[in-house]
Amino acid sequence: MADIYLDNNATTMCDPDVVQELMPYFSEQFGNPSSLHSFGNKVGFAIKKARQQVQKLLGAEHDSEIIFTSCGSESDSTAILSALKAQPERKEIITTVVEHPAVLTLCEYLETEGYTVHKLKVDSKGNLDMDEYASLLTDKVAVVSVMWANNETGTIFPVLEMAEMADEKGIMFHTDAVQAVGKIPMNLADSKIHMLSLSGHKLHAPKGVGVLYLRRGVRFRPLLRGGHQERGRRAGTENTTGIVGLGKACELAMEHMEYENTAVAEMRDRLQEGILAAVPHSFVTGNPENRLPNTVNIAFEYIEGEAILLLMNKQGVAASSGSACTSGSLEPSHVMKAMGIPYTAAHGTVRFSLSRYNTPEEIERVIEAVPPIVAQLRKLSPYWGDNGPVENPEEAFAPVYA
Amino acid sequence: MWDYSETVKEHFYNPKNAGAVSDANAVGDVGSISCGDALRLTLKVEPETEIIIDAGFQTFGCGSAIASSSALTEMVKGKTLDQALEISNQDIADFLDGLPPEKMHCSVMGREALQAAVADYRGEVWEDDHEEGALICKCFAIDDVMIRETIRANNLSSVEEVTNYTKAGGGCSSCHEGIENILTEELEARGDTFEPSAVGKKEGVVRLNPGKKEEAPATMTPVQRILKIQEVLEGLRPALQADGGDVELMDVEGKNIYVKLTGACNGCQMAAMTLGGVQQKLIEVLGEFVKVIPHTERPVEIAGA
Ligand SMILES: Cc1ncc(COP(=O)(O)O)c(C=O)c1O
Repeated sequence: MADIYLDNNATTMCDPDVVQELMPYFSEQFGNPSSLHSFGNKVGFAIKKARQQVQKLLGAEHDSEIIFTSCGSESDSTAILSALKAQPERKEIITTVVEHPAVLTLCEYLETEGYTVHKLKVDSKGNLDMDEYASLLTDKVAVVSVMWANNETGTIFPVLEMAEMADEKGIMFHTDAVQAVGKIPMNLADSKIHMLSLSGHKLHAPKGVGVLYLRRGVRFRPLLRGGHQERGRRAGTENTTGIVGLGKACELAMEHMEYENTAVAEMRDRLQEGILAAVPHSFVTGNPENRLPNTVNIAFEYIEGEAILLLMNKQGVAASSGSACTSGSLEPSHVMKAMGIPYTAAHGTVRFSLSRYNTPEEIERVIEAVPPIVAQLRKLSPYWGDNGPVENPEEAFAPVYA
Repeated sequence: MWDYSETVKEHFYNPKNAGAVSDANAVGDVGSISCGDALRLTLKVEPETEIIIDAGFQTFGCGSAIASSSALTEMVKGKTLDQALEISNQDIADFLDGLPPEKMHCSVMGREALQAAVADYRGEVWEDDHEEGALICKCFAIDDVMIRETIRANNLSSVEEVTNYTKAGGGCSSCHEGIENILTEELEARGDTFEPSAVGKKEGVVRLNPGKKEEAPATMTPVQRILKIQEVLEGLRPALQADGGDVELMDVEGKNIYVKLTGACNGCQMAAMTLGGVQQKLIEVLGEFVKVIPHTERPVEIAGA
């Protein structure tokens, strides 16, 4: 039996149609789009088409608002650093505690450079406090950077509303929409979002290509200066195959948006219900009422995530975890910590993220496979008795350097 | 995914001695639930002989934590308590055919569970001196706490020195930014400023410690100089012994100082690093350039004499 891939928030399979579309740009159409001759010319047209395909998926007003980059992280860094460079008198940034490291690590670095970073807290379901947000919107703030959807839990933030609030105060608003693009319908032209990041490999395009959406009229300072590519806003010869592939992937994402929000969401719901019914002491993290259609994050109490993943992998099921061990750090996922999930559960969180390639049969197989794995590991756990958690688990087992 | 050895996988997929020993008379609970690794070791000890006749583990943790626990129980069964206490974390890692650097703490946890269980059996209180910081150097598994303590104890002020004393940063060098940040903080705390060199120190350029300049080489007789070298080596031995190694002075011949490295330091990839550290220290104290050479690399006719 083929292995089952439920780790689409980490990366996705390149759609075969996307691969077909981009292949010629490795060989026959190898030209440099900047060249005048026919070798380059055709490639230039292909990039133009791709730009329009991205524009359409985002609902952007102009195709020139699309800047191709190398990845989501580059788009995030470009957006935030541009806002700081363009407004040197503003020394504050607003973001959230649950951002991807692409934003958080940069912000932590900027703190050492003298900037003040306000990180909005979340409640136990991963929701923001909008009053706290409103109170921070002052003329000292250079940029607000808030993710559209969280990569670990799928929880969606009210970025449209937050962008309006920022815009009203004349503050730049950036959203890391790497997980949201292709899953949530967007019409940026009608929004007050000034900048948006996306990454190709999360929506069935190749790795190594991303986009920064930059609303016309928003002040901008490039990260990479050099050639005139992307109208001088991002120097460097274009990743033509990646860009062409991303264009096609955006077109396909448009076509599958409905399916993603119905059939994929149904499979995700079935997976959640099936696992929760079969595994005691497990619960969903994040906000199940308001999340991406493809994501469910389940905490299995009293066991550790990496061990779960290793056993799942042995059975041909791929997912990911927020445990400390999977990342080699000393702390469980910052997202789980921010929501106040206890350590005994935070280390045992598993993220299942689906795609349009999954089937209901696969989901049934996963529902079969997971409960025995959890039971097997709980048998090894010092918090687990014969039939359930030991009484007062945190007292019954209190290791020395806890 | 981690690069686990087949032995680690085997002990994870089919752990030995899982569960608590029913009539245990020694229990060791160690670990940190915030870090996601914790272990309860239960032993059954025969009182007359102090032989461990049964061992069991319960572990909350990742694949290598479970594998290390399983390995530990296999290793201690049949040993006396004193024999068991001689097991080092490196022995546990070796038993498993190695662990990734990020996972070495799993073997440390195993050893500590053993110490805690033995203390429990003997009615003693086990003092945990364990402090773990964020992993800085992934090549040699050195954490933040270790680097800071070493900087403070030895008044270090450069990345090169940190590498010589702790090994951190001696491999791929990607962690140098992290080490520089630590140095900046530590130097600031002692009222200094950290001055990095942009492209790393030039080979062979060794800054001498200005405070030691009065002990110029000329003022020492050959015997005094050898005694001085001996004294430096004695001072370094506890640190090396803590790593399971040792160093011994064999001969001095002009600028060449021949030493014998033993134990964990010998032959391993760390030997060069250790020699570098010893050499640096000797240069500082003697105030002259010397070369520390393994005894084994001595020209044969001299070694045979
Ligand atoms: C929310 C979010 N932002 C940014 C990124 C980084 O994207 P990339 O890998 O393309 O740099 C990711 C990818 O994991 C993500 O999930």
